[in-house]
Amino acid sequence: MLFGFPLLSLIIWLPIISGLVVFLMNDRNIQVVRWVALAGSVAGFLVALPLYSGFDTSLGSMQFVERNVWFERLNVYYYLGVDGISMPLILLNSFTTPLVVIAGWEVIRERVSQYMGAFLIMSGVLNGVFASLDAILFYSFWEASLVPMFIIIGVWGGPNRIYAALKFFLYTFLGSLLMLVALIYLYHASGGSFSILDYHHLRIPMTEQILIFIGFMAAFAVKVPMWPVHTWLPDAHVEAPTGGSVVLAAILLKLGGYGFLRFSLPITPDASHELAGILITLSLIAIVYIGIVALMQPDMKKLIAYSSVSHMGFVTLGFFLFNPIGMEGAVIQMISHGFISGALFLCVGVLYDRLHTRMIANYGGVVNKMPVFAALFMLFAMANSGLPGTSGFVGEFMVIMGAMEVNFWYAFFAALTLILGASYSLWLYKRVVFGAVANPNVEGMKDISAREFLVLAILAIAVLALGIYPLPLTEVMHVTVDNLLEHVARTKL
Amino acid sequence: MENLYLLVPVAPLLGAIIAGLFGRRIGLVWSHRTTIALVALSFIASVVIFIDVLQGNLYNGSVYTWMTSGETVIEIGFLIDTLSATMMMVVTGVSLMVHIYTIGYMQGDPGYQRFFSYISLFTFSMLMLVMSNNFLQLFFGWEAVGLVSYLLIGFWYTRPTAIYANLKAFLVNRVADIGFLLGIALILANVGTLDYELVFTHAEYLASRTIEIMPGESWMLMTVICLLLFIGAMGKSAQFPLHVWLPDSMEGPTPISALIHAATMVTAGIFMVARMSPLFELSITVHSVILVIGGITTLFMALVAVVQNDIKRVIAYSTLSQLGYMTIALGASAYSAAIFHLMTHAFFKALLFLGAGSVIIAMHHEQDMRKMGGLKRYMPITFGTMFVAALASAGVPGFSGFFSKDAIIEGALLSEIPGAGFAYVCALSTVFVTALYTFRLIFMTFYGEPRMDSHTRDHLRESPWVVTVPLIILAIPTVAAGWLIEPMLFGGFFSEAIYVDAEHDVMAKMGENFTGIFGMMIHALTTPPFWLAMSGIFTAWFLYRYRTELPTKIKRLAYPIYVLLDRKYFIDELYSWLFAGGLRTMSTILWKYVDMKIIDGLMVNGTARAMGWFAMIGRRFQSGYIYHYAFSMIVGVFVLMSIWLFPL
Repeated sequence: MLFGFPLLSLIIWLPIISGLVVFLMNDRNIQVVRWVALAGSVAGFLVALPLYSGFDTSLGSMQFVERNVWFERLNVYYYLGVDGISMPLILLNSFTTPLVVIAGWEVIRERVSQYMGAFLIMSGVLNGVFASLDAILFYSFWEASLVPMFIIIGVWGGPNRIYAALKFFLYTFLGSLLMLVALIYLYHASGGSFSILDYHHLRIPMTEQILIFIGFMAAFAVKVPMWPVHTWLPDAHVEAPTGGSVVLAAILLKLGGYGFLRFSLPITPDASHELAGILITLSLIAIVYIGIVALMQPDMKKLIAYSSVSHMGFVTLGFFLFNPIGMEGAVIQMISHGFISGALFLCVGVLYDRLHTRMIANYGGVVNKMPVFAALFMLFAMANSGLPGTSGFVGEFMVIMGAMEVNFWYAFFAALTLILGASYSLWLYKRVVFGAVANPNVEGMKDISAREFLVLAILAIAVLALGIYPLPLTEVMHVTVDNLLEHVARTKL
Repeated sequence: MENLYLLVPVAPLLGAIIAGLFGRRIGLVWSHRTTIALVALSFIASVVIFIDVLQGNLYNGSVYTWMTSGETVIEIGFLIDTLSATMMMVVTGVSLMVHIYTIGYMQGDPGYQRFFSYISLFTFSMLMLVMSNNFLQLFFGWEAVGLVSYLLIGFWYTRPTAIYANLKAFLVNRVADIGFLLGIALILANVGTLDYELVFTHAEYLASRTIEIMPGESWMLMTVICLLLFIGAMGKSAQFPLHVWLPDSMEGPTPISALIHAATMVTAGIFMVARMSPLFELSITVHSVILVIGGITTLFMALVAVVQNDIKRVIAYSTLSQLGYMTIALGASAYSAAIFHLMTHAFFKALLFLGAGSVIIAMHHEQDMRKMGGLKRYMPITFGTMFVAALASAGVPGFSGFFSKDAIIEGALLSEIPGAGFAYVCALSTVFVTALYTFRLIFMTFYGEPRMDSHTRDHLRESPWVVTVPLIILAIPTVAAGWLIEPMLFGGFFSEAIYVDAEHDVMAKMGENFTGIFGMMIHALTTPPFWLAMSGIFTAWFLYRYRTELPTKIKRLAYPIYVLLDRKYFIDELYSWLFAGGLRTMSTILWKYVDMKIIDGLMVNGTARAMGWFAMIGRRFQSGYIYHYAFSMIVGVFVLMSIWLFPL
């Protein structure tokens, strides 16, 4: 604890303010814009680090709490705090932002200040989502996060960007409206409180619990995304610029997972148990069905987008097993998926910047021209197929172990990802990277620059570190997860 | 000692990192010097540890905590006993020979440093696997050797066949790994730990439980666990019907065929089952399954080897068949015999492969035996060492393979587990087939008239010393390793590491009749395996040296059988049609129809379209003409009044 220092506010507002500064700088001197954006994002990451070092792993309560009145009449507070689940997500977000800035360094040439500004603002807003303990504050940040992404896809996106951006916006916005209804109900039921933690102790009858659960689920399931509300994601990914895809996959999807843990499970535990079977089934469908769909995608980005949905299936599966190893596995899977899918989208970006096509068929034999890139891409493809020693294994392994405690077949279907993940990842790799040089365009490809290497190497280290030694991450969430599970086990009828 | 244990896997890892990341900078020579020095260090440490273990110093401890969750604690650690110490010696020893051999074999290859990095990485992974004291690390090593195997099969990545083979190998192994992982998960779910020792102490508990996989059908939990673990072993140790990846893996450079796809990695499954003997011993059902799978693999894969013409493929099918032997031994509860054969096989099969590699270098990378012949004159060292390996492989008394194979056949004969009879018949018939294909290879390659083109023939010469020295060194254990049969099988060498239920301890029964290695050799003269082996060698001589026109005639006479063997029972075709094709079709259907048409087309965009229509109709009402509004008002008033005046 840092003696009442408003650390979380700093983590939220520093990126937003530096984003606004960058935004207002205009493109008169692009080089300065880039450096300011980088400085802002790195500073954003550095100020987030004390969150880890100062975190007390033995405490079950919220830490780094800040609470100030916002709208007195409505009982709305500016109420921040983190626990062992939200803290790693804030770190992941703050870690991703500098990488995105570096990745867009030379690639984005038009409206640089707006591009960089949008990412910085989004980074702060997303930190706000993870740190808010007041429902209105949470909802404001939640909806605010849509805007920068909508703009990023709509302005710097591909040819079909308007359709994709609109689909993204409407899909997620419709979902969150139902969440708003649930929040308003809770406001009344709690006698006029917007504190999320108050909702955790609210007694709610079963029918209402189920309705609230569905309201929240509409918002979170779309974000994750769960099957069958996933179809916005491939379109959004395909049209988004590389940086947009990275943030979308690495962070925005995690909002859904986080929401389940902060709202659905603790507020409506009985409904969660009641509907767990359905949620588990949907998760398994995501893992298996989406994994199969990913196989035949001709477009690299679409393939990785589907793979992303399939891996997020482990997150929701882990939540609804209601055992520690499953839930901690799910949280690790969220972090790891941030690294891996982010890295894979960056890899596709590297290829796209060279040949300006995302079609697998236009590549082949890239390794002959880009050996360093090929080695890094191999690592991420293997991590995506869940190879032990990489972060991709840890979460999946833990969730499968947790699933076996509940039901053999849950574990069996989840374990099919061993084949499916390896099939689509390595088949993609084989067609793009291995083989003889396929065409003159590939012949002219240059290996990654120092800038590209830096970004991928940092992610490679993260992927390996988390895979070889996940203990530091599991440690911070033990108490939070145990408390949550204990809480969920008690009825609130 | 703990630091020494750590040194064994870490040294090759360091070598892999140095050669992999800085190979370009330090150059060719320093890349191989560094990796070889570090593997040699690892080998010496293994020898020291082995001697220490012989003195009775066992070790079981953890290095670091990998993760904790709830009550579950998973640690990375080492278990050092006779079993792991033996494996460490075999792995580092063969690896060292292969490292040295590679200098000659990979000379001039653009991926020289990368190759050294990979084989060192492999050595590290394999050591992590055999030294593990828990299931997680076992699985890590298991998958890591799979990764390196994938990288090495596809080493020449511009060859379409190589990158097809490596994908196939990885995916087939992944199918088996599902079984393995689920087995591990069942163990964790039931006893809450992955530490071997703790799991073994719960073995009786696991055996007493049942599980309902299918509703209403209650199975023994231990049977399910062991079956799942064995599925994992079937993938890695290439047992029928998951054997299909191993022959294709010959696309990789020959040194790795010797190291990974013959001597060490493929034996991981055998090792794993032996390590899990306290669990497997409690389920007779699984033993029967293992016996049958082993029997099928050993006989039917040996038959395929007879019709192969690619020198490496003959040896590859031979490997499959020999792995079948080891599996039979596991099924018969003769675990120590399986490990013993694993060891002798590692030496003679590595020697066969490296010898074949030496031939391939001399032949300018020609692998077809029909284009060889008469190489004896040009390559005396390669010939001599390979001949020794062939004698060991065929099971000629005195050579290592004889002792280990005889123990397995004897074990299958003595075993009373259902399925042992079948396995015994398979094992016995395979003795003849093994001798036949091994000596067919020797006769076709080294004897007779040279059949290569004149250019190749003019350049034929013995390989350089970096190639021949490893051959000579490997020839020593190929002859002599079998003489250790008495201490290793009947001296209680593995008694700490391997548990055998007294009810079906075939090794103990065998030990009662054991009369020393000379007694065993003399006794062999009166048993069928010896005469089968001899007749196999004689048949090979008769067909390929004496009446060389006969094989063609036999081929014509038994053409359907020939085709069946040549096409490997059409299993590859079946799999690629059923699984690869089926999955792709399913993917296309789910994507194009379910995902795009039904979910996205009908539900998502359908909603949008419905909203559009709704809005379009709504728009009609807002036409802006006063008389439209006035008219609809009048209609409305009329309707409302009717309802009010005439309630239903």
